[in-house]
Amino acid sequence: MQTSRAPGVAFIFKKALISALVALVLFSLMIGVRTEAGSDGQLTYWTRFGDLAMMVATVFGGSIVVELLRQWWGPVGTVRVVPPQVTSALSLGARLVAPVLLIFTFLVPVIFYNERYILDLGILVLTYVMLGWGLNVVVGLAGLLDLGYVAFYAVGAYSYALLATNFGLSFWICLPLAGILAAFWGVLLGFPVLRLRGDYLAIVTLAFGEIIRLVLLNWQSVTGGPNGVTGIPRPTMFGIPLSPGDDGLAAMLRIEFSPTHRIVFLFYLILALALLTNWVTIRLRRLPIGRAWEALREDEVACRALGINTTTTKLTAFATGAMFGGLAGAFFATRQGFISPESFTFHESALVLAIVVLGGMGSQLGVALAALAMIGGFELFRGLDQYRMLVFGMAMVLLMIWRPRGLIGHRAPTVFLERNQAISSDLVKEGHG
Amino acid sequence: MSADHILSVDHLSMRFGGIVAVNDLSFGAERRKITALIGPNGAGKTTVFNCITGFYKPTSGSMRLAHDDGRNIQLERLNDFRISKQAKVARTFQNIRLFPGMTALENLMVAQHNALMRASGLTLLGLIGAPSWRVAEKAAIDLARTWLERIGLLDRADDAAGNLPYGDQRRLEIARAMCTEPALLCLDEPAAGLNARESASLSELLLAIRANQGTSILLIEHDMSVVMEISDHVVVMDYGVKIAEGTPQHVRDDPKVIAAYLGADEEEAIAVMESGT
Ligand SMILES: Nc1ncnc2c1ncn2[C@@H]1O[C@H](COP(=O)(O)OP(=O)(O)OP(=O)(O)O)[C@@H](O)[C@H]1O
Ligand SMILES: [Mg+2]
Repeated sequence: MQTSRAPGVAFIFKKALISALVALVLFSLMIGVRTEAGSDGQLTYWTRFGDLAMMVATVFGGSIVVELLRQWWGPVGTVRVVPPQVTSALSLGARLVAPVLLIFTFLVPVIFYNERYILDLGILVLTYVMLGWGLNVVVGLAGLLDLGYVAFYAVGAYSYALLATNFGLSFWICLPLAGILAAFWGVLLGFPVLRLRGDYLAIVTLAFGEIIRLVLLNWQSVTGGPNGVTGIPRPTMFGIPLSPGDDGLAAMLRIEFSPTHRIVFLFYLILALALLTNWVTIRLRRLPIGRAWEALREDEVACRALGINTTTTKLTAFATGAMFGGLAGAFFATRQGFISPESFTFHESALVLAIVVLGGMGSQLGVALAALAMIGGFELFRGLDQYRMLVFGMAMVLLMIWRPRGLIGHRAPTVFLERNQAISSDLVKEGHG
Repeated sequence: MSADHILSVDHLSMRFGGIVAVNDLSFGAERRKITALIGPNGAGKTTVFNCITGFYKPTSGSMRLAHDDGRNIQLERLNDFRISKQAKVARTFQNIRLFPGMTALENLMVAQHNALMRASGLTLLGLIGAPSWRVAEKAAIDLARTWLERIGLLDRADDAAGNLPYGDQRRLEIARAMCTEPALLCLDEPAAGLNARESASLSELLLAIRANQGTSILLIEHDMSVVMEISDHVVVMDYGVKIAEGTPQHVRDDPKVIAAYLGADEEEAIAVMESGT
């Protein structure tokens, strides 16, 4: 089907050759020659042409493989002819995915009650699902590229940690406070930043994320600096602690105490928080504010011509996303019992952003699937040790070739008259600022 | 001036560095009438629109909008979104600016943002699904449906705007502007790229808007058949200055206008002359 249009062997070969050449130039000094200060301070160097040759060969081979795969899947934007039965079966499957996934998630603590590892992993995945859904408001809906999302996660976590350890406030009071504080910081950051667009916005948010981390690291007297905050109270079931004591839940229910109770409780807690995020987002999308976010992503100039205050619209998106990040942060703090600035590096922001992009910008189900794939997949490759990142990176590259617009590549309309039909992602803009 | 002007532009100038795109331009747009702004390419028409709708801050001059209720608004003092929100001036763009990834219906819902924002109690009432919000939302959908029907796109309400044919997109953009319930509607070349039949139906639509909604229309247009057929008053610009104004008949016979068009583009000049005969 595509062979007639596909570039021939010569083209692939040429492309691979160019890639290899670039790799040769780049790596010849980086890998080919190794320099070091000798014992007397003089320069010693030795060559590693074997390693260099291997790298260049890998690039050459990889380039051919990628090109072949690309032809196999067709170039980006081609309409692949899929039989209608397959399409309808797929769409039926797609409609079932969400409810099945949800039911399964509810049952996880029942099925895997005795497998602590799975439960912990489930909690981790759900935390990232929630973070992904939160960032999705900013990046996926409003089209604002935020590279410093972890800052709000940190604000939420430290809000709870400090309020609880210093003032003894309970988790259920601190949780909304953490959300409000994070939203407040979102607005504070948003004011000066949101007149910037595209790359500039990305860089400033990135810097903001780093600044927050550095403040946490250096404001020793309040945050404890690199030592972090320890002894953060565990959550209670609305006042009833999940502890082995006489006033604990186990004693009250007259069942034998088990530490798993708390894990299961945490699991359902983060599930509830994530579902709250999802519910609010879905609702907001159908309200004028949510539609304005998406319109902003599509065309900011047109929005202004329609009398939409783009600044406040962006601010609300930023604040909403930040609030969810803050809630997730408070959960993170209570789960860990200990937090330090190390947990809030740029790596986290990048991971959450990757989840949103991989999920298909704006799609709730896509983000959940992506979080599952990213966090779960990462654990799956744990056995590969040092090659884990490599395999993972490769999987990402392949996925992006196969689905450049993310796992769920279409947009569901927020309102319809007759037919609720999905909109192809080719039409949906990604936003610019 | 004795005429009842909804928009009065006074000594408007707009400079971009050394370029004087609009030079001391004065004209008025009459209430409930269709005023056409014509002129060869690069005359400065779109720049005038951008000044009126707040996308550019004019170098000098004033623009006054006189509402039916007697309110007077100086447009040069408001910035971007407030012109649509408070002064009730809506516009379309020379190169269509719909929200391509949203459906036709959604496009019209976004246009009702400010009214719906109020109805949703700044989102709070909407979030809890208050009955008053539901009523307002239904009314908004009904308004959108009415406009879709009027532009003949009811059956494509749930299609992505970016998937619609060019002519339909042009009409949808007009409907979207009308959903903001404007007092003055500014259309930048609405007939560009339309065939003769589509142009005719566009003329009909604009006449109906003027008759039914009582909206005043300011129109930039190169398609002389449309201009001659529907406009009540024509203002001709060239190199940023007004070179003529009057009724379509009057303007068409003005030698200065013919010369401007001849200088710019022979075909258009012929179109101007032929459209009267
Ligand atoms: N933002 C800008 N910066 C610099 N020059 C501009 C800008 N906008 C418009 N101009 C210049 O102002 C002049 C008038 O442009 P304008 O777009 O208003 O013309 P127009 O009458 O709408 O033409 P057309 O019929 O082709 O749409 C042109 O010379 C244009 O290059
Ligand atoms: Mg123009």
